[in-house]
Amino acid sequence: MRYAVGIDLGSTTTKAVVLDEQGAVLGRGITNSRSNYDVACEVALAEALINTRFSLVASGLARSGFTEDARTALLGELERRFREQQYRHQLGVLDTVLAEQLEDPSIVDATRAGVAAVVAGMRARAGALFVEGASRKSDFFRDLAGSLYMQLAEEHARVHTPKRSCAAGDDGGAPRASLFDQLVGLYDKAILEVENRPTAAADFDAIVERALAAMDDAAPAALKTSVEVAAATTLDEWAKVGTGYGRQRLPFPEGCIRSEILCHGLGAHTMFPDTRTVLDIGGQDTKAIQVDDQGIVTSFQMNDRCAAGCGRYLGYIADEMNLGLHELGPLAVQSTRPARINSTCTVFAGAELRERLSLGERREDILAGLHRAIVIRAMSLLARSGGVSDEFTFTGGVARNAAATGALRRLVTENYGPRTMNISPDSIYTGALGAALFALRSGRSGDGAAAAAARDGAPVETIP
Amino acid sequence: MTHAHDDLSGLLSHAEELYRDTSFSAVRAWKRRTGGLALGFMPIYVPRELLAAQDVLPVGLMGGGEMEIIRGDAYYQSYICHIPRSTIELGLNGSLDALDGVVFPAICDVIRNLSGMWTMLFPGKLVHYLDVPQDFDPAVGGAFYRDDLLHLSRKIVAHGGRPLETERLRAAIVAYNRANGLVRELYELRREQPWKVPTHELYLLLRAGLVVPVDEQIAMLERYLAFVEDDDERRPMDQARVLLTGSFCEQPPLGLIKTLERTGCYIVDDDFVQVGRWIRHDVPTEGDPLDALVEAFLHDAIASPTRWCESEAKGADLVRRVEHSGAEGVIFCAPSFCDPALLDQPMTVAAVERAGIPWTAFKYAENAGQFQVIREQAGTFADSIKLWSGA
Amino acid sequence: MSAPSVVPKDASQDRQKRMIAAHFDRLAEVEERGEKAVYTFVPGNLTELLLSFGVAPVLPEINALQSGMRGLSKDYIARAEKDGHSEDVCTYVKCDIGMSRGGNVGPTGKRLPKPDLLLLSYTGCFTFLKWFELLREEYDAPTAMLHVPYQGGGTITDAMRKYVVDQLKSKVIPALERITGRAYDEDLLSEHLARSAKAEDDLVHVLESARHRPSPIDAYFGGVYYIGPIFTAFRGTEDAVDYYAELRAEIDERVRLGLGPVTPDGELEKERYRVVVEGPPNWTSFREFWRMFVDEGAVVVASTYTKVGGVYDNGFRHDPSRPLESLAEYCLGCYTNLDLPTRVDMLSRYVTDYEADGFLINSVKSCNSFSAGQLLILRQVEERTGRPGGFIESDLVDPRYFSAANIKNRLESYFQMIEQKRSRGDAR
Repeated sequence: MRYAVGIDLGSTTTKAVVLDEQGAVLGRGITNSRSNYDVACEVALAEALINTRFSLVASGLARSGFTEDARTALLGELERRFREQQYRHQLGVLDTVLAEQLEDPSIVDATRAGVAAVVAGMRARAGALFVEGASRKSDFFRDLAGSLYMQLAEEHARVHTPKRSCAAGDDGGAPRASLFDQLVGLYDKAILEVENRPTAAADFDAIVERALAAMDDAAPAALKTSVEVAAATTLDEWAKVGTGYGRQRLPFPEGCIRSEILCHGLGAHTMFPDTRTVLDIGGQDTKAIQVDDQGIVTSFQMNDRCAAGCGRYLGYIADEMNLGLHELGPLAVQSTRPARINSTCTVFAGAELRERLSLGERREDILAGLHRAIVIRAMSLLARSGGVSDEFTFTGGVARNAAATGALRRLVTENYGPRTMNISPDSIYTGALGAALFALRSGRSGDGAAAAAARDGAPVETIP
Repeated sequence: MTHAHDDLSGLLSHAEELYRDTSFSAVRAWKRRTGGLALGFMPIYVPRELLAAQDVLPVGLMGGGEMEIIRGDAYYQSYICHIPRSTIELGLNGSLDALDGVVFPAICDVIRNLSGMWTMLFPGKLVHYLDVPQDFDPAVGGAFYRDDLLHLSRKIVAHGGRPLETERLRAAIVAYNRANGLVRELYELRREQPWKVPTHELYLLLRAGLVVPVDEQIAMLERYLAFVEDDDERRPMDQARVLLTGSFCEQPPLGLIKTLERTGCYIVDDDFVQVGRWIRHDVPTEGDPLDALVEAFLHDAIASPTRWCESEAKGADLVRRVEHSGAEGVIFCAPSFCDPALLDQPMTVAAVERAGIPWTAFKYAENAGQFQVIREQAGTFADSIKLWSGA
Repeated sequence: MSAPSVVPKDASQDRQKRMIAAHFDRLAEVEERGEKAVYTFVPGNLTELLLSFGVAPVLPEINALQSGMRGLSKDYIARAEKDGHSEDVCTYVKCDIGMSRGGNVGPTGKRLPKPDLLLLSYTGCFTFLKWFELLREEYDAPTAMLHVPYQGGGTITDAMRKYVVDQLKSKVIPALERITGRAYDEDLLSEHLARSAKAEDDLVHVLESARHRPSPIDAYFGGVYYIGPIFTAFRGTEDAVDYYAELRAEIDERVRLGLGPVTPDGELEKERYRVVVEGPPNWTSFREFWRMFVDEGAVVVASTYTKVGGVYDNGFRHDPSRPLESLAEYCLGCYTNLDLPTRVDMLSRYVTDYEADGFLINSVKSCNSFSAGQLLILRQVEERTGRPGGFIESDLVDPRYFSAANIKNRLESYFQMIEQKRSRGDAR
């Protein structure tokens, strides 16, 4: 079957949406962005195609005699096993890359032993990450492997570091990096290479086979058949359009690149056809967009070069408070007396936060104030773009944050009256969906340039 | 509107109430009572005497303080100062509905352009850009200024105000001479005995005076003077005497002024709320009063970064003020992105340095809520001054 | 201001290049020749009056923008900031101060003369006042202030005109007489003004040629070259008259041949978008900025920046029969001296008259005279014309404020939006 794909290369994540020829969503994929944009796009697309094949498996299984509950359980386990196998494969690549690095003769044996111990530990714990009900802070290999590696490296270094040598220069010699620092340094270098290597982690056939084999009970025949059918389905790229923050360097030819503003407008329109105003708060930028009844952009505004008030700002705050990004919203909604915060300048965020904490203000109240400050900045972009019309769709990473959506809802109502505010659970894919729709159009119109060039691939520009 | 402020704290809380009331209820009440017009004016200087003579209440607009800005930011890029944002916010949220118009004196390009924005945003309201002359020859700049004032006066009449009459203008000058004289008296008292006139109190009185008729302002100033002159509870402390400069348009938050005082500074001279101090002495009450106002503007006004200084080296006036006030150091305290203050600063800093006067500098926005950095900086500065003068 | 040699170049461009080079050469020799140098500003410049006294005009704004184009401004600005100038303020000023402290070597590598007079034509920009106060401290030179009142009510009143003329008579002319020892010669001034009017006719003809489809000129990026001579030291000279006559003939020929504008990368072959631009360009990445338009097939058909040194397309001409009055009206009428409602009128008229697809605002950090209020201008012009407005942000000569990726992103989105609107209906 032929598909059209849209890829949204953002500052933190890269998303892909795959559509069939009728425009129905077949699959979605996401990965963390990385220095090699081509690989990021390739991985996102591969993930979206895996997601597509899982959809095919699901529809195959639906024609079997299993109850819905049983199907859900089977598919759930298959997917967990699939992710585990994918993870183990990536771990193998990491091991290889680390081994290559250890060939450097200047590395001492203690470090080699440390790496071996840590990698062994990671392999041993891989299964636990994917047991039923296990919570994972992220689904990206970089995050999963990274946090485990750090934890194990720290434990290893604590046990194996001689007491005296960790303090810098106390033997009179030059300061030496501690064992832990050396282990971390090796990982940091290795993960960059692992990430930017075209990977076989997306080889559906091989991985799904191992996943089936690893299931607790033998996989039922209907599941095996559905998997075989899904795996055997040929998926041909018909047309491709790229968009996103990294758009200037997207690995697509010129005719296949669309502005993220247009993509967000069209994506939001498709998700919620009555949308007239779109707000997107992403990692690096905030966009306020007005669209007409066909999803065509009529006006837009973006933040200036300063990233104050964008998702990245919340990232700084999370780092400063030693919290995960996803923990901020839930804490902030517990506030009873939100602090008044007038600056969303990332440069001063840390200092202001520390001062407020030192004055005894509650974390929740400060966080609630920060969320409100971010939303107020977005409000001014909305006003510049032409206000907030009904319906209003909120997209981007920050749309998943309850404190931000709550503040936005209040401010919009106060300033523009009641508005239907749409937030899709798939809102992170809005830009990619719009891009996919543009791809579909070019496919349908037989736009040779967009479609053919997409198939041929284009030269890739890599940022070192 | 007289309030029961029989004691100092009552008077001050009344002043603070007027200062904090961004909905200008005192102005609304005055309009209900008198049926007169009220005209807002942006900082630095407009001849309030002219407005008062036409039964117009002049209302000083000094920004929105710590007010949260929701709509105003939509009109300004990040590199523009804060006061126009809050002024627009006040206009759009209805706080300034009681005003029949606004006078925008020539301060800088941001305030200048705000006058045109006001015309577009609030059609039907009186908008006047008061382009005060930078030529101080009575026959040239003076004639132009006089003409501009008459133009403003005619616009007031067209909006339903009383025509300008010579004797009423003279009476208004007398009243403002009294009010401005009291302000000068307070500044003198603070210079001599800064412990008696804390700047955060003086500041509240100046701000309160911007939203009430002149006779009410006179009454408040007289009461305050009477209270503090006899107050022996207020005793000198070991504080550094500083002159604060640069805060003539967008005002610092009250918290900043209090922070400076708490960190060990006596502010013995400043640039806050200059409208009543722009003219250095009483405006003469003999002869043609309009001519007298013009002449006072041309030849008796303070040096200001917004005013072309014809011959003197920049900063000479600041050094004189330091000497007169007995300040031991200068704090350059300007709003972020304030062109007049910040473009002037390298020249005035150089003058202060040449004179061997210690100085420090920082910037603020009217809505700043945290003063830790300023507290540390000002505290260190005050300590170093005290060490220096003790050595 | 030179284009690369591989692309078609007009004779007028060579002529302008020679004129500018000769001017800087002359400035380098002012002291040796016993001439006098007068520093002044582009808006409200009194070039004809200066020429009638035989003094050499030096324009710090031009030096700053030239320094920006030649990659020198970054270090000059750093120097000024190191010396205590705020990062918040105008970078033209800091560039100039930095240049002066580094030995006052001009953008062409030749020394600039010290000012014998700072002629502060205070027109449409508050910063001018501070700029010359700062220069006065640098050079200890006499300063003549010409306060040009702002058109706060949207019109030039008799009182304004009289005020400017009175200052010319009582301040500016006596100051020029003092430094030159020459008497004011009104006949000579009128001769210069007559030549100005002639060149102004040709300039307007050139700017209005953008009404054609395709437009034979780019009225913003190309426009800054066209206004060069008339905005600076050449208004009122024979050189300027010749330059504009030649330019006019070249443009007429392009119209006849149906050609688009000449850009640094060659001739623009297909005009895909016609836009009006408000605000000054960025000078440090001028080429790159222009190329972003060229890449999209976008042509600027009218701009307000090309009116900062004089608005001529409303019919104003210097008038030899009323020399001082017409100089006053010239000063009062410069673009940045217009109030915001008038600016909205003018932009809306440009969008309609030049059949533009939309308009773009380049908001520069340095210049509050332009920038403060532009977001309201944007909304107002959109409402008036029904055409979409775009908003980008940069600076005049501070390369730190030119984010190419951000600007390109906005421009591409903007042009794609216009494209999408055009194909509305058949898009689905």
